[in-house]
Amino acid sequence: MSVPTYDVVIVGAGIVGAACAAECAAEGLRVLVVEAEMVGGGATAAGMGHIVVMDDSEAQFELTLYSQRLWEELAEELPPSVEYDRCGTIWVAATEDEMRQAERKGKFYAERGVAVELLDARELREAEPRLRRDLWGGLRVPGDGVIYPPAAAHFLLSKARAHRTELIVGRAVIEATLGGEVRLQDGSNISSGIVINCAGSSSPKLTPQIKVQKRKGHLVITDRYAGFVRHQLVELGYLESAHAASSDSVAFNVQPRRTGQLLIGSSRQYGAEDARVDQGVLARMLNRAFAFMPGLADLSAIRVWTGFRAATPDNLPLIGPYAEGARLYLATGHEGLGITTSLGTAKLIVAQIMGRTPPISSEPFLPIRFMQESAHV
Amino acid sequence: MYETAHACDVLVIGGGPAGLAAASHAARCGRRVIIVDDNPRWGGQIWRRGSGEDESPQATSLFDEVRRAGVKFIGGAHVFNQLQDGSLLAEAADGVHRFSYEKLILATGARERFLPFPGWTLPNVMGAGGLQALVKSGLSIRRRRVVVAGSGPLLLAVAAHLRKRGAEVLLIAEQAPRARVLRFGLRLIEWPEKLLHLMRLQRYLFNVPYLTGCWPVMAHGRRKLERVTLKRGARLWEVACDYLACGFHLVPNAELAQLLGCETVDGAVWVDELQRTSRPEIYCAGEATGVGGVELALIEGQIAGCAAAGREDEARRLFAARQRARRFASALNAAFDLREELRELATEETIVCRCEDVRLGQLREFDSWRAAKLQTRCGMGPCQGRVCGAALEFLFGWRVTSIRPPLFPVQLRNLAYDPSSEAERVERG
Repeated sequence: MSVPTYDVVIVGAGIVGAACAAECAAEGLRVLVVEAEMVGGGATAAGMGHIVVMDDSEAQFELTLYSQRLWEELAEELPPSVEYDRCGTIWVAATEDEMRQAERKGKFYAERGVAVELLDARELREAEPRLRRDLWGGLRVPGDGVIYPPAAAHFLLSKARAHRTELIVGRAVIEATLGGEVRLQDGSNISSGIVINCAGSSSPKLTPQIKVQKRKGHLVITDRYAGFVRHQLVELGYLESAHAASSDSVAFNVQPRRTGQLLIGSSRQYGAEDARVDQGVLARMLNRAFAFMPGLADLSAIRVWTGFRAATPDNLPLIGPYAEGARLYLATGHEGLGITTSLGTAKLIVAQIMGRTPPISSEPFLPIRFMQESAHV
Repeated sequence: MYETAHACDVLVIGGGPAGLAAASHAARCGRRVIIVDDNPRWGGQIWRRGSGEDESPQATSLFDEVRRAGVKFIGGAHVFNQLQDGSLLAEAADGVHRFSYEKLILATGARERFLPFPGWTLPNVMGAGGLQALVKSGLSIRRRRVVVAGSGPLLLAVAAHLRKRGAEVLLIAEQAPRARVLRFGLRLIEWPEKLLHLMRLQRYLFNVPYLTGCWPVMAHGRRKLERVTLKRGARLWEVACDYLACGFHLVPNAELAQLLGCETVDGAVWVDELQRTSRPEIYCAGEATGVGGVELALIEGQIAGCAAAGREDEARRLFAARQRARRFASALNAAFDLREELRELATEETIVCRCEDVRLGQLREFDSWRAAKLQTRCGMGPCQGRVCGAALEFLFGWRVTSIRPPLFPVQLRNLAYDPSSEAERVERG
């Protein structure tokens, strides 16, 4: 048996792969990153780049909060191209019910040490004058922010490369084996101490048993309208949309970019393999946005694109060894939160590889949770 | 939102020579034909009329033919996306127009290629065709000093037009070497109509120096253009001027074809002998299939029109004429091929993408258009890479891939066109 040339081979140079590479390299591990297409060109390029604390579950809350703080710590190092902006999120309440939801959400965050600010209808209008005037209020989370993800992936990878990480771009991996081997499309093999599958929605192609499904999304970017929107605005009904497991769903989600441009989302579709823009879904998504912010309809749109999130059945990512003692690790299935949680994911993976106590509980994210489930079936 | 639906047998995108020829031929074969164009009037770039200008006789007779054939013309409509196979969406002043068709003919023409050089983003450094269009729509050029530079016969046409409008055209700088231009000039005897056209232009170009092997290397000026540095052989000199009209030949407008999934070769839409693209219901004619001049555009349009109307026999009768026009096209493209030195014009500091202020030096580390675009935003602005894309293709050999809708910036309300008209309403709160 040949001696592995690398301690770690990372498959996929999206933001998760790049973050893992930076973290592994900083530990002094010999790292190789293999990317089939281009750095930050998959879901990383398709996503919004919202750095957000989410309270879908305790585990998700812990991972997103931990990661959001890692982004804050990294802020000083980030080059201007990453466009890190702590603009904060406002969760917008359109009904009395949603206002109650905002209050509960605010309480949950505050109890766990996250600064929040409940806005009544008037305060919401002052914070975001372009919103429809008859909304009930909202919850501001000032610590949230936005980044430009492809540049962040590029930056993280260049950090890794400063520690001698090697990068291969343009060669596709067809299999990442349990024994720590990577097989490339051109027939060659690379052996390694550990392989991390960070291939996002393509990860099941390399490791067929894993429970990751493609979930298509659409985004629109406008021309420059500086000051039109000040915070990332998300409707409180968003989680409902994110949870709609079977049908297509849309939600109001608008982001101000440093450039003055606005990103408008969001849509979620299972079972849509076609990467082309779906006009029906796009229309629903935009009409949803107009319902919250009527002035958007007059703005000029420059580009629409789609992307595929890597979704798991329980809305939590897969982070850790494929099975007890396996040399294959997974860092995938981040759905819509890969940009935020990339940094936290990398810290968890490295703690596991190095046999250290993880900074937050890694239990809820272990891939083994689905393996056990399927073993019982 | 106001929506208008149109249905036809043959839909033609572009009302220039190729589109008009295609439309009149298809309509004469009994098909219901619609032409859609960005401009309010037909004629394309080449037959765009300014106030008080006469139409060329060639244009007048084709316009008459199209009118007689009963072709419907929808102007001022920008096609921005495909709704589904057989249906396109366009934005006009009154909202979205939806066009359903059996056959589609793309006659989207070509645009000027700009090459970045220091100072090219100064006000009054303009596209040659762009300045001509401005003058046609009312810009006064009388007694203004103009340098026309770049490559191709368009420079002569622009210089002649500007001079007719009273401009002081100081010189025409053609990058192609003298030997190539001469050889091309001598071959023009094979195409007497081209020679005649050139002679007509020359009446207006009397006394204007036509410098071959000459190109601009830098534009200077504080708030706007004041001088341009030209290079010819080893000689470098400055010329004081008010306008620099620049165009380095033409590049096909292939974006719509690409969006629809038609194959392209070297940036031009691939077509078979019947002008059919790789998608059988879609045809393409004129400069979008490769730059070749007005005669080739007309014949390709005629062939596409007949073929789309199912009259293959008639289309075949035009093959010989197309062959002759194609010979001209290849002579033209060989003569005005861009020289290597032009790749060295831009410095690391020169802006390549004007929309996003991206400099050449920022792009060097990338190996593809998409990678550079993702990391630097090059080509992500409102022009969607139409300017910098063609320049980078020349500079680095990158191909513009991943064409995304909308093809032109459109109002969000129009982008939200709902095919089912059952828009989800938010009836909460």
